[in-house]
Amino acid sequence: MKKQVTLQQEFIKGVWDNNPVLKQLLGLCPVLAVTVSAINGFAMGLAATFVMFMASLIISTIRKTIPPQVRIASFIVIIATFVTIVDLVMKAKFPDLSKALGPFIPLIVVNCMILGRQEAFASKNKPGRAMLDALGMGAGFTIALVILGGIREILGSREFFGLQVLPDQFEPWIIMILPAGAFLTLGLMLGVVNMYTDRKKRMEHESIVAHYKRVGREELIEELEVK
Amino acid sequence: MNKVVQMLLVLTSIGILAGGLLAMVSEWADPLIAANQKAATEAAIFRVQPEGKNYEPVANAGFEVYKVMAETNEGLGYALVYEGNGFAGKIRMIAGLSEDLEKITAIEILDQIETPGLGTKIVEEPFTKQFIQLGTNPNVAWVKGVEPSKPNEIQTITGATISAKAVVAILNDGLTRLKKLHADGGLQ
Repeated sequence: MKKQVTLQQEFIKGVWDNNPVLKQLLGLCPVLAVTVSAINGFAMGLAATFVMFMASLIISTIRKTIPPQVRIASFIVIIATFVTIVDLVMKAKFPDLSKALGPFIPLIVVNCMILGRQEAFASKNKPGRAMLDALGMGAGFTIALVILGGIREILGSREFFGLQVLPDQFEPWIIMILPAGAFLTLGLMLGVVNMYTDRKKRMEHESIVAHYKRVGREELIEELEVK
Repeated sequence: MNKVVQMLLVLTSIGILAGGLLAMVSEWADPLIAANQKAATEAAIFRVQPEGKNYEPVANAGFEVYKVMAETNEGLGYALVYEGNGFAGKIRMIAGLSEDLEKITAIEILDQIETPGLGTKIVEEPFTKQFIQLGTNPNVAWVKGVEPSKPNEIQTITGATISAKAVVAILNDGLTRLKKLHADGGLQ
């Protein structure tokens, strides 16, 4: 636990290295279900971020008081409280959005991404870091949802955030706003992300090999291959 | 033993605090949510009865129906909210009716979960416009693939016949009950 991680890294890891949707593949049920439009994805992302932030803050603050035997129950009660608050506020202030997101706001309670962060991070770290972690994960979640929702909205209904971006001659791909479109788009997104990560890894590897060759220590390359 | 007490204590206090917080938020949000719902119903009533300025719910009808009035408080007609099964789930709709229940002023679909791009066309104007000034005596009927020829007919949607037929069926169900209520004098 003494490993030095800067505060900046604490935030960035959720956005990219450990992105909950693109790398950890957590909380996929709302990801697939609500992303028929960019604004739905954005709202869902913000709601989940708020819940995760508040839950992380409170749980990391009282982490030493909660007996380990009842920690999961405590996490769920705290998460459920904030989810209900979000649900009520949305119903009161943004009725249209609340209608569009339907049952998926209450279902944030059982989102494994949020419970996962409490169990893996907030219950073991100080409030400051837990807050940054939650914000980073939330940002990564929101970005992934907006991209997914954006692609589906553009191809499925010619619009982006409700503004028409493709001409009328373009016949909307109905499949994109059906559940199948969510699976297809997410699959392709994961493919692109993995391709990028793989290429980066390979390039790093090649540069190390080149370095060893330059300094004339070929025997180290074999060791690298084994790893 | 000590551990058990601590477990009970912590979980109970979290529960009490959460409950208190939620009670506060709920107290603030409930009137707003009720107002939103009322505003949504009101807007829908005036969309299907464009000349309406005032309305009041019909009491003891057994279903949702509103008496709509013009500015001078004379009766314009009714707004009937009714729901039934569509292709994928419940369809909830509102229909404006003339005072003698012989003509539909307009309809609007309030809730539906039909197939996007096909069944959802029941919400769009080309379909709903057909109901404006439609006769209701005899019951509304549908035709498929040809232009409607009678004053009580509408045309179904290509690729979404079931959804379109469901709307007609729901409308007729509601109308039947409303007409019965009318005949029994329940609308006075």
